[in-house]
Amino acid sequence: MKNQILAATLMTLATSAMAEDLPVLRVLTYDSFVSDWGPGPLIEAAFEETCDCDLQLVGSGDGAALLARLRLEGARTDADIVLGLDTNLTAAAAATGLFAPHGQTTTNFDFPAAWDDPLFLPFDWGYFAFVYDTTKLADAPASLQALASSEISIVIQDPRTSTPGLGLLLWIEAAYGDQAEELWQGLSDNVVTVTKGWSEAYGLFLDGEADMVLSYTTSPAYHLIAEEDASKAAAAFSEGHYMQIEVAGKVASTDQPELADAFLSFMVSDAFQSVIPTANWMYPAVTPSGGLPQGFETLVTPDNALIFSASEAAEARDTALERWLTALTQ
Amino acid sequence: MIRAIGAASAALVAAATLGTLAAVASKADALPRLTPSDWAAIRFTLTQAVLSAVVSVLLAIPVARALARRRFPGRGLLVTLLGAPFILPTIVAVLGLLAVFGNNGLISQVLQWFGFEPVHIYGLHGVVLAHVFLNMPLATRLILQGWLAIPAERFRLAASLDFSPADTLRYLEVPMLRAVAPGALLLIFLICTTSFAVALTLGGGPRGTTVELAIYQAFRFEFDLGKAALLALVQFGICAVAAVLILQAALPAGFGGGLDRTVERWGISTLGLRLQDAAVTVLAALFLVTPLAVIVADGLPRLLTLPAEVLEAAVRSLWVALVAAALTVVLALSMALLAEGRGAAWRGFIGFLGSLSIAVSPLVIGTGLFILLFPIADPVALALPVTALVNAVMSLPFAYRAVAPALAETDLLFGRLSASLGMSGWARLRLVVLPRLRRPLGFAAGLAAALSMGDLGVIALFAAPEQATLPMQLYRLMASYRMEEAAGAALLLLVLSLALFWVLDRGGRMRAVA
Amino acid sequence: MLLLEGLELQVGGFRLSADLSVQAGARVAVIGPSGAGKSTLLSAIAGYQPTTKGRVTWAGRDITGDEPGARPLSIVFQDNNLFPHLTVAQNVGLGLSPSLRLSADQQERVADSLARVGLPGLGDRKPAQLSGGQQSRVALARVLLRARPLMLLDEPFAALGPALKAEMLDLVKEVAAETGAAVLMVTHDPDDARRLGGQTILVDGGRAEAPQDTDALLADPPPGLRAYLRGDGAD
Repeated sequence: MKNQILAATLMTLATSAMAEDLPVLRVLTYDSFVSDWGPGPLIEAAFEETCDCDLQLVGSGDGAALLARLRLEGARTDADIVLGLDTNLTAAAAATGLFAPHGQTTTNFDFPAAWDDPLFLPFDWGYFAFVYDTTKLADAPASLQALASSEISIVIQDPRTSTPGLGLLLWIEAAYGDQAEELWQGLSDNVVTVTKGWSEAYGLFLDGEADMVLSYTTSPAYHLIAEEDASKAAAAFSEGHYMQIEVAGKVASTDQPELADAFLSFMVSDAFQSVIPTANWMYPAVTPSGGLPQGFETLVTPDNALIFSASEAAEARDTALERWLTALTQ
Repeated sequence: MIRAIGAASAALVAAATLGTLAAVASKADALPRLTPSDWAAIRFTLTQAVLSAVVSVLLAIPVARALARRRFPGRGLLVTLLGAPFILPTIVAVLGLLAVFGNNGLISQVLQWFGFEPVHIYGLHGVVLAHVFLNMPLATRLILQGWLAIPAERFRLAASLDFSPADTLRYLEVPMLRAVAPGALLLIFLICTTSFAVALTLGGGPRGTTVELAIYQAFRFEFDLGKAALLALVQFGICAVAAVLILQAALPAGFGGGLDRTVERWGISTLGLRLQDAAVTVLAALFLVTPLAVIVADGLPRLLTLPAEVLEAAVRSLWVALVAAALTVVLALSMALLAEGRGAAWRGFIGFLGSLSIAVSPLVIGTGLFILLFPIADPVALALPVTALVNAVMSLPFAYRAVAPALAETDLLFGRLSASLGMSGWARLRLVVLPRLRRPLGFAAGLAAALSMGDLGVIALFAAPEQATLPMQLYRLMASYRMEEAAGAALLLLVLSLALFWVLDRGGRMRAVA
Repeated sequence: MLLLEGLELQVGGFRLSADLSVQAGARVAVIGPSGAGKSTLLSAIAGYQPTTKGRVTWAGRDITGDEPGARPLSIVFQDNNLFPHLTVAQNVGLGLSPSLRLSADQQERVADSLARVGLPGLGDRKPAQLSGGQQSRVALARVLLRARPLMLLDEPFAALGPALKAEMLDLVKEVAAETGAAVLMVTHDPDDARRLGGQTILVDGGRAEAPQDTDALLADPPPGLRAYLRGDGAD
C-alpha cells in the first residue's frame, strides 16, 4: 500500500518536473478552458511555438471559483495570468489589488460595448439567451415578458453557483430595473427547475425536460457545426440580451512580466482568437482575419446589447439575488 | 509503532475535517451572522433529511425482509446492484432519475399515452424521491444485515412454538428493527444533510436550498469565509445533535459481506406472503434498476468509442481510487486498533473522529485543505494525492463502522489466545487481525474505491489539465456540449465503480474463513 | 512453585480470594460449583484478570504484572484454542514463535510434536477439517512445544464424550510429564479430578482453598462441595 501511495506521488511529481528548464508561464483559468475539448490544448501549443517557454494552464472550477481561489492565494499566488473572469467579477477582482495594468493597446474589440478597463483585457464574449429546439417549440417567445406570460417551460442555473445563472439575474436587472421582481414572479411558473451549473441544465434540456434552457446565442453553432444539427436555435428577445465578456489580467506579482505581456498580446492575436469560436463556442473578442467559422452567420444577433459596467454589476447583484430568491421561493 | 500509525491517522482525519474548518474560519474578515435565508436553508435541510431518512428506512424494511427470507434467481445480482445508486456521481444520478421520473421521463411518457398528465417531480417530494433512490439501497443492506444476524435457532424455536408471521414480527423482527433502524435512520439523515445539487435540482429551485448550498453561496458569491465556516459548523451541529438524539450508541456496524445467504424460515410459504414478497422485490428492483438501465442505455452507444483522453482519465481515476482504498483501510484499521482496549471515552472519541467526515461539508474540506497546503506546497502537484486522501477520509465513516466491530469480535474470540501466545504488534496484525478482517476490510476498500471513482471531491480547486479524473472528464465533456460522449463516460464510470467494489469486496470474501 | 499470596479478585460484585501454593510438577484439579470463580482464578493466574490485592509468584519471581504471553505458563481454553484461518502446523508453530518465522529445524519440531499427539501428517489441514478431539490434540501439541513449567486447562474437553475425554486427560498427563509442567485444570466433573490424579483446589464461597489430596477430598467432602456433588448427581 505504501508503494502505491509513493508511486502515485512520484507520478505527480514527475509530471510537474518534466518541463525542462524553460521559463514557466502559469495561467490560472476555469476548468472547461483547460479541457481536452476546450481551447486550452490548442492555445498552449500555439503559444509555446513562439514563446520558448512552458505554458502551464491550471484549471479551477468556473469564473467565480477562480476568483475565490485567487483571493485565497492572495499576493503569494504563483499564477502569472488569470484568464476567465467576466465583467460581473472584475470589480471584486480589481479590489484584490493583485492585478497589474495589461498595457495592451488594442481597443478595437468586436463587441458592441466600449472597453477601457486598464487591468483586464477581453478574450471572448457572448450573449446569454434561451435556447430551444425548433422542431419541438414552434413559436418561440420574442421577449422575456412574452416568455414570462407563456406556458413555456425553462431550465435555468442558480446564480449562486453558476455564471449563466448570475448572467440571467443581471440581464433581467438591466432590462427591468425596479420591475425585475415582477418579471421574475411572472417567470417563476415557467421555471421547471434550477440547476447547480450549466451542464446539468443543458443536459436536462437535451433530454426534453424543458422547452428552453438558459445558455448562449452561440450554443446552436455547436449543434450546427459539430453535429450538423440545425434544429437548435436561440430566441431573440426584444428587451435585448445581456453580454458576457470574458477577460484576462496580469498578476502584479508575476516573475515573468515579459512572458505575461507576450501572452496577453498573443491572446488578442489571430492565433488565439481563431481557436475561440469552435473550442469555447463564444465570439472572439477580436474577429480573426479569416472571419468567423461558417455557421456562425446563422446565429441570432440581438439588436440591443445589455451590459453593466463592472461597478454597476457589483452593485446590482446582491439586490438582484434578493429579488430572485423572493420571487422563486414564494 | 502500530499505535503511532493509529495516532497519526486520527490526527490526519482530525486535520482534514476539523482542521480544514478551522482553516476556513481563520480567513474570516468579520464575525458572521445567520440571515433569514440561512435559517430557511437550515429548516429545509432538516425537513428533507428527516423525510428522506424515514421514507428510505420504511421502504427498506419490507424489501430487506423479502430478501432475507426468499431465494430467487438474480437475488445475488440484485444485492450487488443495491450498492450502485450510492456510489453514482450526483450528476449521473440526477439525469438518470429525471429520465425516469421527469416531465419527459419514462413514467410521464407512459402516462401521456393514456391521456394523463405527466408527473410533476420537482419539489420536496422530488428531493425525497431522489434521496430514497440514492440511500434506500444502503438502508436495505443495513436492515438485511440485521435480519441475517437473527440466529436461525430463533426462527426454529418460533416455528416449534407455532408462531404466526405476526408473532414472529413481534418477538423476533421488531426487536431487531429497534436495534438496527435508528442507526440506519441516522446514517441516511447524515448523508442527506450535506446534499446539495440533488436537493436544488429536484427541489425545483431556491426552495431547495440546503446548508451546503448556502456554504457555496458564502464561498463563491459573497466570498465570506467566516460565513462559510459558520454554516459548516451549523451543518456539523445538526449532525451532532441528530446523533445524540437518535442514538447514544454507535452507527450500525459492519454492513459488509455475508448478504448472499437467506435465513432458513418456516411458515412463510403461504401464497399471500409469497406474493407480497415478490411484489415488494419487483417494485424495489424496478425503482432502483430503471434509472440505472437508462444510464446504461444512454451510454452504451458511445462506450466503445470514447476519446483516448477519457480512457486515460479512467486509468488515473482507478489509481486514485486504489490509493484511496488502501488509505481508507490503513486509516480505519489503525484507528480501530488504536481504540481497541481503551476506555469507553477514548473509544467513543476515536469513533467520533472516524465518523466525522460524514458531517463535514466537502466544499469546506476542499477549501480548507487548499488554505492549509498552499503556503507549503504547490496545490497542482498535490492534486491527485490530495484527492485520494480526501476520498479516503470521506469513506472512513463507512469503513470504520465496518472494521471496528469486526476487530472487537475478533478480539472477543481470539484476544486471549493471541495474548497467551505472546502475539502482539505486527505479528498479531499479520497473523490474526488481517486474516480475520478480510471481509470488512475488503468491503471497506471496495466502498472507498467506488466512492472515490465517482467523487469530484476537491480536485476542482487543484486541477491541472493533465490530471483530470474520470468524473472531471465527464463534466468537461458536458461543458463542451458533448452530452453523448458524457453519457458514455458516465456508463464507464458506473461500470468501473461497481467493478472495483465487486472485486475488492469479493477479494475480501474469497479467501476468508468462516 | 506457584504461589498465590493474599490474592484478591473482583469481577463486578463478585469477589474471590486465594492464598495457596502449587508445587512444581504437581497435577491439580480446580473444582467447585458453577459461578464459584474457577475460571476467574485461572484467568488471574494467566494474566487476563487484574488482581485487586496480593501477588502471584512463580519460583519466587513476582509475575503479577506480567503480560499473559510473558508468563511461564501455557493455557488451553474451553474453545477458540486454534486460529481457524491458520493451518494446524501454523497453529502449533505459534508456540515456538509468535511471529511464525520458523527455521527448518523448528518446522521439524512442529511436525514431531504433531506426531507425538497422534496427528502425524495433518499439519497442512485447517482446524475446521479436524474433529473436536483432534483439535484438542493440536492445542496440546502446542503446549508441548512451548514447554512452559505451568499448564492451565480451563475445561478444554467439556464438549468431548467420556472415552475421548479420558484419552485427552491421559495425553495431558503425558505432556505434563514430558515437560515437567505443573497442571492446573478446571473441571466440574469429579471423575476428571480423579483421573488427573493428584490434588484438588476447591473454589467455593468466594475462596479458593489450598490444594488437598483429591481422593481424600472427594471421599470426605466439606459441606459446600458435598451439596455441589449431590446436586450434580441429581441432574
